[in-house]
Amino acid sequence: MSQALPLLPAAQLAPLLAAYARSRRAVFWRGLLVAACLVAGSLASGWMAEVDLGKFGKHIGGFFSYFDRLTRLEGGGGRVWTDPGEWFWGLRPWLVQLGDTVLMAYAGTLFGALGGFCLAVLGAANLVQNQPLRWGAKRLAEFCRTVPDLVFALLFVIAFGLGPLPGVMALAIHSLGALGKQNSELVENIDMKPVEGAIAAGASWVAMVRFAVLPQILPGFLSYSLLRFEINVRGAAVLGFVGAGGIGQDLIEAVRKFYYNDVAALLVLIILTVVVIDTLTGLLRRRLLEAR
Amino acid sequence: MLVIQGLTRRFGAATAVDNLSLEIPRGAFVGVIGRSGAGKSTLLRMINRLQDPSEGQILWQGQDITTLRGAELLAWRARCAMVFQQFNLSPRLDVLTNVLVGRLHHVPTWRALLRMWPQADRAIALSALEQFGMGTLAAQAAGQLSGGQQQRVALARALVQEPEIILADEPVASLDPRNAEMVMQALADINQRYGITVLCNLHSLDLARRYCTRLVGLAHGRLVFDDVPAALTDAVAQSLYGIEARDVMDSPPPALPDGFAAAVA
Repeated sequence: MSQALPLLPAAQLAPLLAAYARSRRAVFWRGLLVAACLVAGSLASGWMAEVDLGKFGKHIGGFFSYFDRLTRLEGGGGRVWTDPGEWFWGLRPWLVQLGDTVLMAYAGTLFGALGGFCLAVLGAANLVQNQPLRWGAKRLAEFCRTVPDLVFALLFVIAFGLGPLPGVMALAIHSLGALGKQNSELVENIDMKPVEGAIAAGASWVAMVRFAVLPQILPGFLSYSLLRFEINVRGAAVLGFVGAGGIGQDLIEAVRKFYYNDVAALLVLIILTVVVIDTLTGLLRRRLLEAR
Repeated sequence: MLVIQGLTRRFGAATAVDNLSLEIPRGAFVGVIGRSGAGKSTLLRMINRLQDPSEGQILWQGQDITTLRGAELLAWRARCAMVFQQFNLSPRLDVLTNVLVGRLHHVPTWRALLRMWPQADRAIALSALEQFGMGTLAAQAAGQLSGGQQQRVALARALVQEPEIILADEPVASLDPRNAEMVMQALADINQRYGITVLCNLHSLDLARRYCTRLVGLAHGRLVFDDVPAALTDAVAQSLYGIEARDVMDSPPPALPDGFAAAVA
């Protein structure tokens, strides 16, 4: 640039700068108010939940000594990893239970995704004119996702007995609610031009959804479903705590009966499984997002 | 001077820019023409280094800019401003902050992040806005403005970078004719008043003929025309654009062939 940028004369510049500063001031005070509310909120929640740093410091040692006990061979001797055969004595039945856990998550996600897709489309204001139907779809999804899956599992265990079935149902219902919400946001943000194109060509509502909506949301829908699968694998691992099948049953038993080495072994297996599944779904999700 | 030597960019099997060589002296107003997909955008984006070339070199004042990294690359981008077809402003930020984005390279990062812009930079940004008649809209959210106004905000952002060259990628393709004229005039003013080199992708030959001092034609990524606008005869335009030529030359459409007209009737 061969010549400096010209500045307005001060007489002309000052009123413009002042006008800008005036309209920025309201934004500044609003930002300050939000920050103050955040600080006040965190102080109040700390007080309510009795967060006590002194207590935390005093008992943190107990946390580490539990891990110390977890990793010390119960028959005397050294650490658990010096004798992996002894440590993972129950590997075969545990792997079967782990497989159960992953399958529970898979089935729960599959049913949840199908139902969630339907609820998302039925609840979308840009596709459904019928207000009661939309309201019903939205409230149903809301109910399904606000009740924690562990609570659903507890109820279903009482109704259907112990085993993986109540676990699958609990995961499916919770996934249906969560995916219904996430996908409805995808549906409400679609480009309406293809929808008009299909309607103008005489397509029925279902055909319009298939040919104008589904192609647009498919990558996002699959990506959200995979993310939900990841979450469900973690969720399924604790459903066994209430008797709803999977590895959680072994884990809660080992915790309650103070089988320290078993707790350690089961935790390692669960963490490894979750890491593997997270990595695989993460790879798939990245591919899908690139395709979008 | 901008010197481009053997510049090539491939996307998979497709070649967007193919062994292109070009020299552009400082202060020129060069229009890059050619049909969509001819490689015009890729060329401009490589000069700003939004995209990296597959082969070849780009030199500015003798400095090879294709190998720049880190802080040097950021400094180069500040010196070569970019103007986009879709304006590429941050729609939720106010207009003045959008213009101040062009000052980021001149302002310490911590000041910018805390939005404690120095008074001098505010004055520069506001003066640039007012130069395009937009000073009173400084506090508005950029997304609420019309397309023509947004493109003028983008021009102000480019100008306050104090660039040596401005790359404009179809700057008027999304605007109505009146706003298109206004933005092209602003680009021409910037070129003449500050001596900033302008490299402008254009689809409309009419605008290209009237505003540019030199035209460069691309087809399939290769240089097929490089001359003053007067040398761009209708025959040359026909070969550059093929069947699109009629659209870009604003001439009336020819009559339909008899057989087709009969079939439609």
